[in-house]
Amino acid sequence: MHDRIKIFGGLALFIALATFPVWYARATGRANVAPEPKLVNAGKECVNTRAYMREYHMTMLNEWRDEVIRDGKRVPITVAGVKYQKSLTGSCMKCHANKADFCDTCHNYLGVSPSCWDCHNYPGERKHETR
Amino acid sequence: MKRDNNNELSRRGFLKKAGLLGLSVAGAGALMEVVFGDDVLAASAAESSAAVRWAMVVDMTKCAGRDACTDCMTACHRAHNVPSIKSRRHEIKWIWKEPFVNAFPELRGGRLRADLAKTDFIVLCNHCDNPPCVRVCPTKATWRRPDGIVMMDMHRCIGCRYCMAACPYGSRSFNWMDPRKALDEKAINQDYPTRTKGVVEKCDFCAERVDHGRLPVCVEACKEKALAFGNLSDAKSNVSKLCAGRFAIRRKPELGTRPEVYYIV
Ligand code: SF4
Ligand code: SF4
Repeated sequence: MHDRIKIFGGLALFIALATFPVWYARATGRANVAPEPKLVNAGKECVNTRAYMREYHMTMLNEWRDEVIRDGKRVPITVAGVKYQKSLTGSCMKCHANKADFCDTCHNYLGVSPSCWDCHNYPGERKHETR
Repeated sequence: MKRDNNNELSRRGFLKKAGLLGLSVAGAGALMEVVFGDDVLAASAAESSAAVRWAMVVDMTKCAGRDACTDCMTACHRAHNVPSIKSRRHEIKWIWKEPFVNAFPELRGGRLRADLAKTDFIVLCNHCDNPPCVRVCPTKATWRRPDGIVMMDMHRCIGCRYCMAACPYGSRSFNWMDPRKALDEKAINQDYPTRTKGVVEKCDFCAERVDHGRLPVCVEACKEKALAFGNLSDAKSNVSKLCAGRFAIRRKPELGTRPEVYYIV
């Protein structure tokens, strides 16, 4: 039992490190490092509320896609007097032209890789993403 | 069957037989529909009666002989980000030139006007009124719009290539490789998507322009005005007048696909 101090000391250190995320979150009040997308909006109002877009932008894009391609409903929507085509590249990316700082921030954080960019272009794309 | 003394059908026997006959007729109809799809039955009906029926008329008398001209093809492929891949196994085509004997194989032989055999014809998807490609697609990634455009939804294509096997005109191409690898990044049209590896593509009559009241790219690009696009259901439209006034042929009409691209020869 000569190594008592070493053993218990090491054990305490291990427990302290292993539970680091728990007590750090308790102590600082921050559960995690949240992604901080940089919002660039070209001074225009979005087609929907911030809360809706945050949760459902992909649903909305799918609806737009079906309306435009499958039903041929290409009439633009009007928000705050501005007309928007139902188009990812033609509307969304015109305002939020900073894909890397806007889209990718959250997508990378969540580990999702939307297949949109396999075909759709975005502004300032120097080299296309290929598979 | 039980017969009465006069060797005629008994009332009971007659009813039985009539019932059987009725059933078999109804059954055959249903069977036909299952096997061939209701569009085969409709194929025997008259041409489309929709208010809008987009069609194209290619005036080969204006196009023939201009072998060096590729204006319509270049403009279309550039606008739609169609890569030019040299290998015939991987090439992607929306609109291209085909020798007469390939475009109209049923007309080869016989005594035709001598110049025809030497002419390269502009070919593209015919936007058939009875499109076999649509009938075979398991995911409805391709379908016929009420205005006649045979449309593609790249989001839904699973790349099974049934449509390519079904199309008798070779109008469809498959992306064996990521087309972006073959596209010139500087010449890309940013306002139109590219495709991705594993989907089928073809001409869609520029639906994205037609829906906004504009003409297809190829039609606008032709300096000879050899291509005309319009509504065949409107008797006063340019295409209706062209078809009514000039002799025009269609590709492989004997197949019953009812192509809606006409060639004035
Ligand atoms: S030409 Fe081929 S791809 Fe075009 S509609 Fe007809 S069958 Fe389909
Ligand atoms: S390749 Fe695509 S469009 Fe063609 S039949 Fe298959 S799913 Fe349909």
